[in-house]
Amino acid sequence: MVGRRCSSVRDKNPLLQQKNLEGYVGFASLPNQVYRKSVKRGFEFTLMVVGESGLGKSTLINSLFLTDLYSAEYPGPSHRIKKTVQVEQAKVLVKEGGVQLLLTIVDTPGFGDAVDNSNCWQPIIDHIDSKFEDYLNSESRVNRRQMPDSRIHCCLYFIAPSGHGLKPLDIEFMKRLHEKVNVIPLIAKADTLTPEECQQFKKQIMREIQEHKIKIYEFPETDDEEENKLVKKIKDKLPLAVVGSNTIIEVNSKRVRGRQYPWGVAEVENSDHCDFTILRDMLIRTHMQDLKDVTNNVHYENYRSRKLAAVTYNGVDNNRAKGQLSTKSPLAQMEEERREHVTKMKKMEMEMEQVFEMKVKEKVQKLKDSEAELQRRHEQMKKNLEAQHKELEEKRRVFEEERANWEAQQRLEQQKLEASRTLEKNKKKGKIF
Amino acid sequence: KLTNSHAHGGSHSSGSGSTLLGYIGIDTIIEQMRKKTMKTGFDFNIMVVGHSGLGKSTLVNTLFKSQVSRKSAGWARDDKIPKTVDIKAVSHVLEEGGVKMKLTVVDTPGFGDQINNDNCWEPISKYINEQYEKFLKEEVNITRKKRIPDTRVHCCLYFISPTGHSLRQLDVEFMKRLSHSVNIIPVIAKADTMTIEERQDFKQRVRKELEMGGIEFYPQKEFDEDMEDKSDNDKIREAMPFAVVGSDKEYQVNGKRVLGRKTAWGIVEVENPNHCEFAQLRDFLIRSHLQDLKEVTHNIHYETYRAKRLNENGAVLALLCPPSPTNEIYLMFPRPFYVSFCIYNIVCVHRPAY
Repeated sequence: MVGRRCSSVRDKNPLLQQKNLEGYVGFASLPNQVYRKSVKRGFEFTLMVVGESGLGKSTLINSLFLTDLYSAEYPGPSHRIKKTVQVEQAKVLVKEGGVQLLLTIVDTPGFGDAVDNSNCWQPIIDHIDSKFEDYLNSESRVNRRQMPDSRIHCCLYFIAPSGHGLKPLDIEFMKRLHEKVNVIPLIAKADTLTPEECQQFKKQIMREIQEHKIKIYEFPETDDEEENKLVKKIKDKLPLAVVGSNTIIEVNSKRVRGRQYPWGVAEVENSDHCDFTILRDMLIRTHMQDLKDVTNNVHYENYRSRKLAAVTYNGVDNNRAKGQLSTKSPLAQMEEERREHVTKMKKMEMEMEQVFEMKVKEKVQKLKDSEAELQRRHEQMKKNLEAQHKELEEKRRVFEEERANWEAQQRLEQQKLEASRTLEKNKKKGKIF
Repeated sequence: KLTNSHAHGGSHSSGSGSTLLGYIGIDTIIEQMRKKTMKTGFDFNIMVVGHSGLGKSTLVNTLFKSQVSRKSAGWARDDKIPKTVDIKAVSHVLEEGGVKMKLTVVDTPGFGDQINNDNCWEPISKYINEQYEKFLKEEVNITRKKRIPDTRVHCCLYFISPTGHSLRQLDVEFMKRLSHSVNIIPVIAKADTMTIEERQDFKQRVRKELEMGGIEFYPQKEFDEDMEDKSDNDKIREAMPFAVVGSDKEYQVNGKRVLGRKTAWGIVEVENPNHCEFAQLRDFLIRSHLQDLKEVTHNIHYETYRAKRLNENGAVLALLCPPSPTNEIYLMFPRPFYVSFCIYNIVCVHRPAY
C-alpha cells in the first residue's frame, strides 16, 4: 500500500527519488497529529432542507441526527403561515466519541406552498450568496484568525412521491441551484410507493435530471476497489427514497424505529424498506468531508471568481468601489481601502475639533451672558437701595421738621405759660399795691 | 289475508284519511319506474380534480371496477404535464343487473402542477358552465328532444394531498369558487401515507379549515329535506373527507383475492375498512347518494345557473323563440315538480311587464 502511494508520487514528479529510511523517524504519526488537532478544533456542517410543506423534512432531520431539533411542540406549517418563503437557521452542537460537530440546519418554510410560486427560490439563492459573501469578506480581512464557515455544504431537496416524475417547480429549482450548492434529491415519504412504483419513479426522475442537464452531487471515484463498488451501488439507487420516524415500535421482539400501519410496520432502518440507512451513511459517515471540500473548491470558487471579476470589469460593478476605472488587483484595492480609511479618520478628527470649538464658544458666550445678567441685577439692587435711602432721608427730614415745629410750639406754650404766670404775679403784686 | 294487507297498505298511503276499499295498485308505480329506468338507462358524469400523482385515475378505476379513466383509454403514464389545465372527458357504458349506466369521467390534467397556479380553476369553471349552457339551450328549444343528453357534471371529486398538516392554499381557493356551481366531494388521496392517528388529526384539521372557509361540500347542510336525511347526512359529514387508497391489482390475502397494494411490510387492502375508507366512499357515492347527486345538480346548481342566465339576458332568450305569447310565458312561469327553492328563484326572474 505504502509502496503504491510512493510510486504515485514519483510518477507525478520524476525528479523525486525515493530514499530508504535507515531507522524509525516517526513522521508516520502525522495523521494522528492532524486528527488530534481537528478533534480539538471541532467540525462544522451546514445542511439545508428544501421542499413543500408536509413532506416530512423535519421528521427526517430528527431521524438523521437522532435529536429533537424540531420538537413536537414546534408549530407545523399550518401555524407558520408565511406569505413569502422564509429562511430559518437552527444550530445544534452534537458530541460523539470526543468529536464535536456544530450542526446548522437551514429550513425554508413556505417553499412551494402558495398558489403562485414564481421566484420562490429567490430568497434561498440570496441566502446562499450571502453566506458565500460573508466567507469571502472574512477571507479578505487583515485579521483572519477566526473564520467561521457558515457556507451551505449540502442541500437536500425533497421530491413529492407522485409516482409520475418531476414537477416544473422541482426542475426550475434544481436548475438554478445546482451551480451554487451540492444538491441531493430525495424522494420523501417513500412508504407511499410500492417497490415497483419506486423503481419506475427513480428511473423517470434520473431521466428527467439528465434531460435538463441538472448537475446533482456526484459521488467521487476513489482508487479503492471496495469503495468504488459501494459508490456504484449508491449511484444505482439515486435519488434515495427515504422514510423518517423517531417513534420506536416493537417488531418481532426487536425495538426498531418505524411507522405503524394497520397492515404492517415500515421500518426506517431496514434497507429493504427504504434508503434511509444509505442516506445517513453517505451524509454523515463517509461523504461529509467530501461535501465540504466540493463546496469549498468548486461552488465557493465559482462564486468568488464571479464576484471578483465583477470588481475589475470596467462597465458594471456592483460593489462599493463605484466609478473606479482602473484595473486593480485585490491587493491594490486593499491599499485603496486603507487610504480611504485613513482619510475617513482624518475627516472625523477634524469634525471633532470643530465640534469642540463650537462647544467652547458656546460656553464662553453663556458665561458672558450670565455675567451681564449679574451686573444688571447688581445695578438694579443698587438703585433700589438708593431709592430706599432717599425715602428714608425724606422721612427723617419730615420728622425733623415736625419736631422743630413741636419744639417751637412747646416754647411758645412755655412762654405763654410764663407770661401768664408773671401776669398773675404782677396782678397779685399790683393788688397789694 | 291478501285484501287485509293491501287495505293496510292503503290506509298508510292516504294522507287525507280516506281509506281505500280495495287494492288499487298505486304502489306498482315503483315497479313501472324501475322498468322504464332499466330500459332507458341513465347518465352519470363525474369529474376528478387534483394535481398529478394523487392517484385520481386509479381511484376512478377502482370505484367502477373497470378501466374507465383516461389513462386506460390510451394516454401513457409518463405523459408530459400540460402547460395549461386540459379537460379530457372519456365515456363508457357500464351494465349491471340489467341497468345501463353511461359513465363519463372528466379528467383535469395540469391542475396545480405549474409553478404559477393562478386561475388554474378557470378552465374547469368554464367547462362546468358550458355543460349547463348546453342543457339550457336544449331546454328552451321549441322542438325538444325526448331525452336531453345530460353532460352536466354531477359530482366533482377533489383530491387533497396527504401532507398531514393542512389544506394547501390552492385547495381552499378552488373549493371556495366551485362549491356553488357543482357538488364537491373532498377526498384524501393516497391515504396509505399516514398512520391512523395522523389520519384522524389531518381529517379534523381539514374539516375545520373547510368550515372556516365557508366551503359547503356535498352533502350540503342547507339541502337536507327532513330529519331522517339530516341524521344520515350528518353521519356522513362527520366522516368526511374520506381517506382512500385506490388500486386495480389483486393479491391473495388469507385465501381471498382482494384489491390492494403490496409493499415490503404488508398489503394494503383497498376494501378493508380498517385500512382505508374506500368502501365508505363507494357506498356513499354509488350505492346511496347517486340519484341524490343528480337531483341536487339538476334542481339546485342548474337552476341557479339558469336563473342567473335568464336574469342577465332574458330578452335575448325570448328572441330565440318566435313571438308566441304562450312560449314567452312558459319561460317565465315556475315549473312544476321541483323543489320550492327554485320556485323562489324563478319568481325573482318573473317580469310582469312582459
